[in-house]
Amino acid sequence: MSDTTETPAPPSGPRELPKVVTSRWDLEDSHTLARYEATGGYTALRSALTKAPQAIVDEVKAASLLGRGGAGFPAGVKWGFCPPGVWPRYLVVNGDESEPGTYKDRILMERDPHQLIEGVLLACYAVGCAQAFLYVRGEMALAQERIAAALNEAYAAGYVGKNILGSDYSVDVVLHWGAGAYIVGEETALIESLEGNRGMPRLKPPYFPAAQGLYLKPTIVNNVETLSNLPWILNNGAEAFSSFGAETSRGTRLFAVSGHVNNPGVFEVEFGTTTYRDLIYTHAGGIRDGNELKCFIPGGASAPWFFEEHLDLPLETGAIGKAGSMMGSGAIVVMDETTDAVKACWKVVKFFAHESCGKCTPCREGTDWLEKILERILHGHGRPNDLELLLDVCDNISPGISWPPRQTTICPLGPSAVSPISSALRRFRDEFEAYLAAAEPPAVASVGGSVPVDIRVGASS
Amino acid sequence: MSDTPQSETAVTITVNGQPVVAEKGELVIAAAERAGVYIPHFCYHPRMKPVGMCRMCIVDIDSGRGPALQPSCMIEVAPDMVVNTESDATKKAQDGVLEFLLLNHPLDCPVCDKGGECPLQDQTIAYGPGESRFVEEKRHHAKPIPISENVYLDRERCILCDRCTRFAKEVAGDPLIHFTERGSNTEIATFPDDPFSSYFSGNTVQICPVGALTARPYRFKARPWDLVETESTCTSCSVGCRVSVHTSRDRVLRYQGVDVDPVNWGWLCDKGRFDFEAVHSDDRLGAPLVRGADGELAEVSWHEALTAAAGHLRSALDGAGAGSVAVIGGARLTNESAYAWAKLAKGVIGTDHVDAQLGDGLPAEVVLGLPRATIDDACTAGGTVLLLGTDAKEELPVLHLRLRHAVVSDGVKIIEVSPQATGITSHTFASIRHQPGDTAAVVAALLGGGAAPAGVDADALSRAREALGAGPLTVVVGRPSVAESAAGAVEAAAAVLAAHPDARFLSALRRANVHGALDLGLAPGILPGRVTLDEGRDWFTAHWGSVPAATGLDTAGILAAAAEGRIETLVLLGADPLADFPDADLARRGLEGAANVIAVDLFRTASSDAADVVLAAAGYAEVDGTTTNLEGRVSRVSQRVNPPGTARADWMIAAELAFRLGGDLGVESVEDVWDEIEQVSPAHAGLTLELLASDEATAGFVVPVPVEVEPAEVAEPAEDGDSSAEADAAPEAEAEASAESEADDAASDDADGESDDEAALAVEATPAPERPALLTFVAPAPAAAPAATDSYSLRLTVGRKLYDQGTLVAHSPSLANLAPAAVVHLSPKDHDRVGVGVAGVTEVRIRSAKGDVVVPAVADKALAAGTAALAFHQPGASAAALIDAGAAVTEVRIESVEGGAS
Repeated sequence: MSDTTETPAPPSGPRELPKVVTSRWDLEDSHTLARYEATGGYTALRSALTKAPQAIVDEVKAASLLGRGGAGFPAGVKWGFCPPGVWPRYLVVNGDESEPGTYKDRILMERDPHQLIEGVLLACYAVGCAQAFLYVRGEMALAQERIAAALNEAYAAGYVGKNILGSDYSVDVVLHWGAGAYIVGEETALIESLEGNRGMPRLKPPYFPAAQGLYLKPTIVNNVETLSNLPWILNNGAEAFSSFGAETSRGTRLFAVSGHVNNPGVFEVEFGTTTYRDLIYTHAGGIRDGNELKCFIPGGASAPWFFEEHLDLPLETGAIGKAGSMMGSGAIVVMDETTDAVKACWKVVKFFAHESCGKCTPCREGTDWLEKILERILHGHGRPNDLELLLDVCDNISPGISWPPRQTTICPLGPSAVSPISSALRRFRDEFEAYLAAAEPPAVASVGGSVPVDIRVGASS
Repeated sequence: MSDTPQSETAVTITVNGQPVVAEKGELVIAAAERAGVYIPHFCYHPRMKPVGMCRMCIVDIDSGRGPALQPSCMIEVAPDMVVNTESDATKKAQDGVLEFLLLNHPLDCPVCDKGGECPLQDQTIAYGPGESRFVEEKRHHAKPIPISENVYLDRERCILCDRCTRFAKEVAGDPLIHFTERGSNTEIATFPDDPFSSYFSGNTVQICPVGALTARPYRFKARPWDLVETESTCTSCSVGCRVSVHTSRDRVLRYQGVDVDPVNWGWLCDKGRFDFEAVHSDDRLGAPLVRGADGELAEVSWHEALTAAAGHLRSALDGAGAGSVAVIGGARLTNESAYAWAKLAKGVIGTDHVDAQLGDGLPAEVVLGLPRATIDDACTAGGTVLLLGTDAKEELPVLHLRLRHAVVSDGVKIIEVSPQATGITSHTFASIRHQPGDTAAVVAALLGGGAAPAGVDADALSRAREALGAGPLTVVVGRPSVAESAAGAVEAAAAVLAAHPDARFLSALRRANVHGALDLGLAPGILPGRVTLDEGRDWFTAHWGSVPAATGLDTAGILAAAAEGRIETLVLLGADPLADFPDADLARRGLEGAANVIAVDLFRTASSDAADVVLAAAGYAEVDGTTTNLEGRVSRVSQRVNPPGTARADWMIAAELAFRLGGDLGVESVEDVWDEIEQVSPAHAGLTLELLASDEATAGFVVPVPVEVEPAEVAEPAEDGDSSAEADAAPEAEAEASAESEADDAASDDADGESDDEAALAVEATPAPERPALLTFVAPAPAAAPAATDSYSLRLTVGRKLYDQGTLVAHSPSLANLAPAAVVHLSPKDHDRVGVGVAGVTEVRIRSAKGDVVVPAVADKALAAGTAALAFHQPGASAAALIDAGAAVTEVRIESVEGGAS
């Protein structure tokens, strides 16, 4: 830049948005090594091996690549959390994409598995891992098949394994299929699962697996999409990447739009500047049957719902957070005016109750209870106090029902079940009340009277 | 508990506005409780790693970023932390958790064993809502389901706190129960076809915070508020776990473990927990028996029985003299009864043919002479433990738990020298497998001496050498196998002590109060207080009138002498040689050869059935007194129930017999006996009744306790301390006592000097002999190595199982059927060579010089070729039929039995 006297003009007008991670999606044989190599594949790896690992870290830091799993933590910064001098370190790829409405990682693995593998290799080189574990959700049969085939090709071609491309750098990638638990998307639960234990979140601290993760060694857990960005960033430079997007949300990002839209799908859009309106009405083709938008889940089932007035919010973490929800894993579920808010709410809560791992009491018992209350309301057995009860149970899982949520639980799964209820009750209370008004009176009267209690008992341990 | 943390590790936090000084690394819940602030909890247990699952203990904790609800069982104290257990947010959250836990709980408290002592019930009464807001159907499960022989699971009551599963995995090392399913369908389950067959399963019942796990022996037996709880000490083995005996209407209904730091940490093994059933067995003797003219044993009055017994003793004394009387047994007795019997036998009758062990232990002078270690010494972080031939999991289960914890949590290295794999093998740093009889040779090689015997793994040996020099060394020494002589283990111990003078020893003798019996003189050549007959002659002659002239015979010697007709009257003091002596043939000949046999027992046994007089004794929970564990720790046992019929305490029987023989033991109560022990026993000096009754007595006192020089007059205040000096000394007693025994000579000299003063004061003007010195270990002359086996023979090793055909187990219905049938383990090579598995052959005949038995055989990869392993006293076949008590090792030949005899 210094050698040009002219300051480059700010981009005027819409620029061509590069396809950072979806460039091969339309190609018939995009999952093969031949096509990947023919379209520039593994060049980033080749050049990275000529540089110092720190150069890769610096490049990724400069690109401000945020983690694409949901929490949105800067990837390069996360890599730096590994305590120095502690070996071995592991890279774990979180391919256990389980959030309802999220299917971007699945398509990335199905249609461009080599891009992910190259990303894994680059991350391993940057962090100093000799072993990576690729954890793919159990239900993703095609993704598993494609990843496995691609990995075999990559091993055969010398991209993975001993002395990669003739260098003295070696990495092994281990594939692991999940057994179908949502909570394993939580990184410490994923690590537990990988170790052969029940997929239950670990207790914090330690807060980051980077300090103590898999087999109690420093472990970087990265999302599939995050890693799939790396080849492009290293080929095209951090600057090219970060020239797109908003202040804190750089580059492009995948969003999965589903629900009552004409053209559901995964779309790569500019991060931080694109709005929900763009996504729903332009990319996803608008609401089905010309219906009105009722509400939409802006970032995975655990996100509080958004409505008409939120359509022009940019897809940017800070703005969405200020508005009281989150972008999460980038799953947008659109509901039109025909949607029964109570039923939708029940469905989401049912999902969380089903997926609760059962480790801590408020989540195990609370989500199940919430589901049962909603089910009762839906089946015409609602009781006058049910709405206060729902909110109080929510409060006992997530004190204050605030955003971002506080929790009495170990992990955020419990509070996730609170979001749909608080959202739906706030906006569509009348629909709940209509169910209650139409309900049959309870068959059995509750036992009245409570016992005054003021005895403090020191129970034995 | 009230210890104030040392300043360099102290952290001051604020709990509910009050400053609390906590120890660095302490959990908030523990620090708060110590300061008197109880935080409700279910999953937290101070002896297990916290998991933060129940969420009941969440409180407002401000670590500098504002108050936030956090589980106090997971958060360690930090400087300036502010904890509020009474904030509105805390109360709301805890109430919420309690309500969640109660949603699916059946609330069947009126029919629940736990009702009345249930943390969930207590906390619901204290904090919970009066009415449930849950109107839905509760979860339903089949209930209860047995998860083991003695533990039943009610999944509806379960609150999924992870205590039982954590215990099974972390503490017991038997991860046989686990969570299955997910979310609100989560439940505890065993693996298919694999019950929770842990030796420690009963602990899960005790720590279950609800009534989800119940113990079959206690189900529906009592309500907690009807139980009287009395602290006592378990005497099922020699570990001496503290227990709480729960009784109602003159019956023992259960034992619960009591958490004492130096011993059992609250845990019990299932044998110790459930063998209370034997106390009230219908087979208990309720009256003395005398063999009548018809040759049958018949109930008679005590007067008649004691007169008959005294007559047998008198006729022996008047005939061949004191040397024709022998006493076998005494490990069942309290210390007081053991002393009374020692005084009767050695002081009144005058025989030294007295042995509390049944030929299956170690020589008394070795056990008493080796520098002693405590369990805590063995478990000291960074230390090394050398296990010489004992399977603690089978014989001393709670010692096994402590050692396992020491390995897993504190990095203690265990070196095992054993002919076969044991319960701790998977946790050892090095496990050296050898042929039976080679213990001494292996230890010699380990210590850097000659070549290892053939077949010993050189890698294991070199690993073991590495650990030997690493830290403080504790040697757990027991009898590797009753099929070989004790000489090997003794020689090995002597060699370790010679090479590592700082090493300390923990005896692994297994019988209940065998250490108390030895301490109090129930062994040949030993007088009460760990003194030799010669050393204590003057002192005890002064106190007792006389002592035997020469060292007597041990049990093997007594039985051999009896078989030759040299023992006229044989007393079986709670001993059943026909079942327990390793050499069945010698035991049978010995009992047949004795003209008169007097048995003092709780039950009719094979041996007491052969007696001429059977005196019914009062047993555990029926007598007061003290017992001594393998560390030398003296702790109290308590009477809670009346003995059956007219059965009476062993010391009373001794006193009655002494009286009928014209003597007088001079004691009229248990307290009298203890006072006398404290007065005359060098090892027990200073351990007064007052000390035993003090608050510190829960953990017991390792003897000898450090003796304070008492002032001449009680009323006169000592210049160097006030009256609390004695009490202060008590908690330190264990540490100092063991420190003292480190240099045994020095310790003895000390005791000598101090007791000198005391004796002079006690007896005032009369010049008295000096209180004798404690005996010290003298290395025995090395025995000749056993002759090499010929290529057709195997060497037999005979260990123990926790559940066998022993009297207590056999009379405890919940345990009796747990004893595994006898089966011989062979190395795969020998197994194949013998031809097991071929053409339907499953059984083998084991033949030794003494006899033969037929047992099923299994291949065991952990066994060296040339070794056959058979457990003692199991149903199906008797290893005792094969063993020659006089042989150094037991050589056997093994052949397949055609057609798989049934």
